[in-house]
Amino acid sequence: MAEMDTSSGGSHKKGPGVKKGKKMSTRVDLTPMVDLGFLLITFFVFTTTMSKPTAMTMNEPKDDVVDNQLKVKESAVMTILLGKKDQLYYYYGSLTAENASEKFKSTSFKEVRQLILDKRNSVPDGDKDKSDLMYIIKADKESKFKNAIDIIDEMSINKIPAGHYAEVDISETEAMLIQRTEEANGIK
Amino acid sequence: MGRAKLPRKSTIIDMTAMCDVAFLLLSFFILATKPKPPEAVTVNAPTSVSSEAAAEQSILTTLTQDGKVFLMLGDETKKKAILEDINKTKGLGLSAEELKKLYKLPFIGVPLGTIRSFLAMETPMTPDKMPGIPITDSSKNELIDWYRSITNAYAGGSQKELERIMLIKGDNEALYPEFKNIKFALKKNSLYKFKIVTNSETAPVGSELYKERRRKD
Repeated sequence: MAEMDTSSGGSHKKGPGVKKGKKMSTRVDLTPMVDLGFLLITFFVFTTTMSKPTAMTMNEPKDDVVDNQLKVKESAVMTILLGKKDQLYYYYGSLTAENASEKFKSTSFKEVRQLILDKRNSVPDGDKDKSDLMYIIKADKESKFKNAIDIIDEMSINKIPAGHYAEVDISETEAMLIQRTEEANGIK
Repeated sequence: MGRAKLPRKSTIIDMTAMCDVAFLLLSFFILATKPKPPEAVTVNAPTSVSSEAAAEQSILTTLTQDGKVFLMLGDETKKKAILEDINKTKGLGLSAEELKKLYKLPFIGVPLGTIRSFLAMETPMTPDKMPGIPITDSSKNELIDWYRSITNAYAGGSQKELERIMLIKGDNEALYPEFKNIKFALKKNSLYKFKIVTNSETAPVGSELYKERRRKD
């Protein structure tokens, strides 16, 4: 393809003084062009992101959350609190001033999956749609957007049906507890 | 003794075929990739296991790391109606000329009060200098007004469709209260369902979702 036949056409004599034109090969070295081609390919492969963004559906409760909260059974509730620096805290049931110290525990994103699963399994019919199971997610004012999304994602990882978890505003006592724990643990 | 001479072979290979392949691949990659949609600012979205693709023509609210909010009206069919609606309801008093100018902007990142002077600027402001749409105070949360105009523009249409294109994209490091303010503005307009833009991630091995997906395959 890159060569052409140039041998013909030079056979007749052009006279005594006429020098024969040098036969030049028309073969071109394509190596640099190949180099360039592959260089561009690598460039395109590395710069383009093949992964398309995905969308995660958020269901926000209507503002009558307080009524909803009253409906759930205390034994089936797990509250997960998000603190700063990816810190997680949790407690089961409800928190009072007396039992706060023993109920309020801290955990991490690595361990929380098992905790969520354990809670689901401990509630009768926890894997069904109509159970009393409820996870309440409360984010502290210093927690990150990432944490809020991660914990909801954790719910879908554990196949917790929608409607069994909700994000609720944090209460002052809880915010204070988080602050105290963080101070004690030296998290700034 | 005479040694048998090995015939000398040329080491030059014909590169034509290789060149063809290289450029074929190159053209494939160029054609197969889509140009990135314009982005207000770079945002590192969190990851999720969701497998649903985000809508391309969307109403995208972007929350940056430092808490600035940008609004991108990606649905060309309704963009004009939304802008006209907010101009009317908020009494911005923008002329047809200014509205046209606003229409051409890929995203909005200034408070309503300064839109006019923003449009009159000789040299356009770079996104990182824009103050963003104010959301901090619930009484001054201008996103409420924007969302109201959006719901007005989509009124009568399918609610499902609006839910599908209502996207929120937040930076990993953005603080939660900022996100809460956005949610507050959405709720004020009875938009209880919306989508969060995330990067996809595979379900962790051994998790419930992983098992379910394996069963399906």
